[in-house]
Amino acid sequence: MIAPPKPDLVTVNIDGREIAVPKGTNVIEAARLVGVDVPHYCYHPKLTVVGNCRMCLIEMGLPAVDPATKAPIADPATGKQKINWIPRPQIGCATYASPGLHIRTQTPQVKDCREGVMEFLLINHPLDCPICDQAGECKLQEQSTGYGRGYSRFIEQKNVKPKRTLLGSRVMLDDERCILCSRCIRFSKEIAKDDVLGFIDRGSYSTLTCYPGKKLENNYSLNTVDICPVGALTSTDFRFKMRVWFLKQTNSIDTETSVGANTVVWSREGQIYRITPRRNDEVNDTWMPDSGRELYKTVRAPDRLTAIKVNGVDSGLDIAVHAAAEIFKASAGALAVVGSGRSSVEEQFLTKKLAAALQAPAQLVSRVGKGDDILVSADRNPNVRGALVTGLIASLPEPKLTDLASQIDAGRIKAVVAINEDLAAAGLTATQLAKVSIVHLGTHASATSAAAKVVLPTLTVFEKSGTFVNQQFRIQKFFQAVPAAAGATDDLVVLAKLVAAAGGPSLASDLASLWKIIAAEVSALGTMTFANLPETGLLLDATPWAALPFAEGATLHHKPAQPAAAATA
Amino acid sequence: MAIIPLERKPLTLAERTYIPQILGGLKTTLARLLKPTETLEYPEQRPAIPSGYRGVPTLVRDPNGREKCVSCQLCEFVCPPKAIRITPGSIPVDAPTAHVEKAPQAFDIDMLRCIYCGLCQEVCPEEAIFLQAQYSMSGYTREEMVNHKDRLYELGGTLPDQHHKWDKKLAAEKHGNAH
Repeated sequence: MIAPPKPDLVTVNIDGREIAVPKGTNVIEAARLVGVDVPHYCYHPKLTVVGNCRMCLIEMGLPAVDPATKAPIADPATGKQKINWIPRPQIGCATYASPGLHIRTQTPQVKDCREGVMEFLLINHPLDCPICDQAGECKLQEQSTGYGRGYSRFIEQKNVKPKRTLLGSRVMLDDERCILCSRCIRFSKEIAKDDVLGFIDRGSYSTLTCYPGKKLENNYSLNTVDICPVGALTSTDFRFKMRVWFLKQTNSIDTETSVGANTVVWSREGQIYRITPRRNDEVNDTWMPDSGRELYKTVRAPDRLTAIKVNGVDSGLDIAVHAAAEIFKASAGALAVVGSGRSSVEEQFLTKKLAAALQAPAQLVSRVGKGDDILVSADRNPNVRGALVTGLIASLPEPKLTDLASQIDAGRIKAVVAINEDLAAAGLTATQLAKVSIVHLGTHASATSAAAKVVLPTLTVFEKSGTFVNQQFRIQKFFQAVPAAAGATDDLVVLAKLVAAAGGPSLASDLASLWKIIAAEVSALGTMTFANLPETGLLLDATPWAALPFAEGATLHHKPAQPAAAATA
Repeated sequence: MAIIPLERKPLTLAERTYIPQILGGLKTTLARLLKPTETLEYPEQRPAIPSGYRGVPTLVRDPNGREKCVSCQLCEFVCPPKAIRITPGSIPVDAPTAHVEKAPQAFDIDMLRCIYCGLCQEVCPEEAIFLQAQYSMSGYTREEMVNHKDRLYELGGTLPDQHHKWDKKLAAEKHGNAH
């Protein structure tokens, strides 16, 4: 046979093909590795196995041994070791790889089992597909097409169960569609640690519901909608908004905290309809917080900055950059740059170049909130570590710009470049804002954009591509999902023009060319290009910053090197 | 390739006078004059439309006046020239058809794009869109050539519903379970 596998690997045989898998892998995952689809509903790779949907039934056999001597029994027909097939089907999700395990997924018995399970699941399932939001990404639709019998023999009246029940403000339940897989129950219990869901009643009257007096309101409730294999749980925000088959999927990153949960942005014709998590086993598994799913609403918010302004008058990019250059000249030596932990690595690199060209100190503003130990970390900036890696800052930022405020009061700072940050929110008073000339790059209206001499509207994370460095020092990329809002200019273009206006070098403003410069200048990113960065991110060497007191506590896949510093805000 | 010269026959005397040809033509004309006409005085006279004719796509209501479309957007998806545009919406909970849950907020068919292929009618799971007998669309602007939802229902009218799927659903909901 084949060479003995490594100690932690066992060889299993699936539909006649041998594969070595880690011990403890179940049949569904092992079959996935050889490209065999074992249909399932209740099994989810990140939840406990309950085996209640019975869809993953397979035939299983083990090599025959003599009961007394444990010697292998050879099959006289083939000369190989005989396989003892279990006469009844087994569930694939709770059958784990053991040495010599044989699996058959394409036999008539398995086919009959699947057809039978599908028929029973569809008995009480309503004919709601035309009005069901899950249509198009529904496992029940896919698997009844792939493994069902194709017609119904059920002529009796279907069960009636509660429809249009709100489980919480974000999740709508349709019990008739529910196939009782219990994924949502297990998710709430095991991942969200908020045990609010359960089944009541028995048999075909089993109904999913919240415990009395409880609601599914936790910040992870929409993950139950994602893992629901049917249309029982739907999102109230996305409900009846658009069919999924129209939507374009773009990989992105949740910018709400430094966890950097991987996401998919679903858009059609420049409009974003929803954000869902993208599997990354090193960062967020298959989950994301509900709060991060709302961020797309900022793209078309009414307070979006849509016009380049110089002294409050609508203007053009080159005029505005010229006006900024005048401010730089007039205030030479008395300038400050406020960068942002929300900017991408590329923008922070250009911010560093701008600060160097202006010979001005650069600082960030920290945002610290309460972490929830799952996927919301204490640091609410997605990319403070990017600023450390690019060298924009050397120490951790403060929540308030007290030093800058006192320097403005003392008259030592006469102009501030504020990039993606509201200086008023960072502790500067209206009088201090009035004392300095502000060049502001930002996406939404704020006290700073109102006070600024030059306002350059830039892009939200959904309208540009770039990279963020998350709390694990994992650099991850995000892509442009929708075209830029009218009137807004790419941050990189604006920053490159400002660097040139400040007397700095002429720098590229497209990612491919800019990454050549970044790779040459930033040693930690020396081997990287934007194109070769894997989808799941690349872990950078964090040792140079290991001593810094980062704000984050432990989250799903992150343990802080240092004990979490006392939250400062 | 070889060139084959063809010999053209010289015309006979009768052919050279053209008289037999003229008489032959006049015979056909005179014969038609005595037969009933086969053309129509369009637009005053309109042709009879055969059943199954694929005219202008329209939306229809069921006999109870409920709009049958539930904005599933399958027609929008299947439409080859992308003539259909739907904005889905939900039915308010206090409406008599609240159990249907979903109805189009807006439903536009651009008749400048429509190719009358009938795929929308074929794909519709609710039997809500039909290509009916009207074949003539005209307008002075592009906007006039877009049929909006109210116009589509005006053109479509009511079609008998054989299935009463949603009425049955409501009856089952009111009846409840056997136990």
